[in-house]
Amino acid sequence: MLSPADLAAIWLTLKLAGVTTVLLLLIGTPVAWWLARTPSWWKGPVGAVVALPIVLPPTVLGFYLLLLMGPEGVVGRLTTAAGIGLLPFSFAGLVVASVIYSMPFVVQPLQNAFEAIGDGPLEAAATLRASPLDAFFSVAVPLARPGFLTATILGFAHTVGEFGIVLMIGGNIPDKTRVVSVQIYDHVEAMEYGQAHWLAGAMVAFSFVVLLALYWLNPTGRRRT
Amino acid sequence: MNRLRLVFAILVGLLSLPSLAGGRITIAAAADLKFALEEILAEFRSANPGDVIETTYGSSGKFHTQIRQGAPFDMFFSADIEYPRLLAREGLAASAVQRYAVGRIVLWSISRDARRMTLADLADPAIRKIAIANPKHAPYGRRAEEALRAAGVWKQVESRLVVGENIAQAAQYVQTGNADAGLIALSLALNQELASKGSHVVIPETLHQPLEQGFIITRRAAGNPLAQRFGDFMGSPVARSILVRWGFSLSQEAAR
Repeated sequence: MLSPADLAAIWLTLKLAGVTTVLLLLIGTPVAWWLARTPSWWKGPVGAVVALPIVLPPTVLGFYLLLLMGPEGVVGRLTTAAGIGLLPFSFAGLVVASVIYSMPFVVQPLQNAFEAIGDGPLEAAATLRASPLDAFFSVAVPLARPGFLTATILGFAHTVGEFGIVLMIGGNIPDKTRVVSVQIYDHVEAMEYGQAHWLAGAMVAFSFVVLLALYWLNPTGRRRT
Repeated sequence: MNRLRLVFAILVGLLSLPSLAGGRITIAAAADLKFALEEILAEFRSANPGDVIETTYGSSGKFHTQIRQGAPFDMFFSADIEYPRLLAREGLAASAVQRYAVGRIVLWSISRDARRMTLADLADPAIRKIAIANPKHAPYGRRAEEALRAAGVWKQVESRLVVGENIAQAAQYVQTGNADAGLIALSLALNQELASKGSHVVIPETLHQPLEQGFIITRRAAGNPLAQRFGDFMGSPVARSILVRWGFSLSQEAAR
């Protein structure tokens, strides 16, 4: 059965994924909007940077984050000067890493949704004297609702599935950085296969439900049926 | 085009040469052995240029699990002799369990002068993060926990511990400055890269169970002459003097 340590790991994982998803929606929405609407030359490079975590091994991100957020790193100096202390081995550090790691999974669905809206509805809103901000919230956001749903689910699920970066910058601290994936790894290493099975099985069930939800909520999938 | 073909031929020749002339084995070794084993291998290779020996380093507990699941390792050097003993008991060894050294743990720090520290000093909350290897499956982590408990500071340090997957990662946490101090293997602290950056003090052996290290030839390498030869080489004066230079003692008595 699940031990108290397992339950703590599950709770921590949900908390991490929840905080990360909220932050990602706040940061990712303007980024996706800009990427969807801009005629700028910078669209390509910015889009590529956002997509980097999809192709980079987690070890690359983990390595750079460990150095950047350490006492010698740029970020580490900033956080120390700001009185936050150092980010590695802390929940806040994992949030920062997860935001970077899951960014493309939130930005890309949103960008696709915004691009699908096209200029028409926004021009119509403008002729009705809606400010750009008003048009964004009362026209673009409701029209992009499926995109927001997909982005939320993918951002959350992808953060739950994070492992490599956490192993590198987490330090395996109960209630702070020991998430489910790391807890499973520890169970396997210690040959506690029974406990590993419970958690691993729960992850499979969770991931299946998430993907099923995505499939059912996906508008293109619905149109086909 | 001809030149390309020539390069290709040379490459193929280079790749197939060693395997034609000698044997090939893969060794799984505890992370603490990294520098010592590489040096021993360099000696062995210069005497046996035809042989190919690959190494992979990690936590002993992990390798034990992997070998039980059929990992393609021909020899297993463990920081805790219990793991090869377990494998031998399960019939997964093709040799007797050979004890090759006893390891030591040290307190290592970059930001402080560790030479003047004892484990009791770790109770100071100004030391914000203390790195150890994972006591759950890394022998050095287990001994570090024992030493901290024996020194009576476990309760005070527990909340400030950061746990590396193996002893090398624990060292890396201190090396990058993310932890203020760490309990790591003496064999790693003696490495030039680490020794030039920080200082260390050896933890008294009375505070923890001995870190008896042992190796086996695994069942899949039964009858592999290269594994046999390298096993014998580990007992040679050359190999043993390298082990001593890297902070391993050859018997418990010698360490005291």
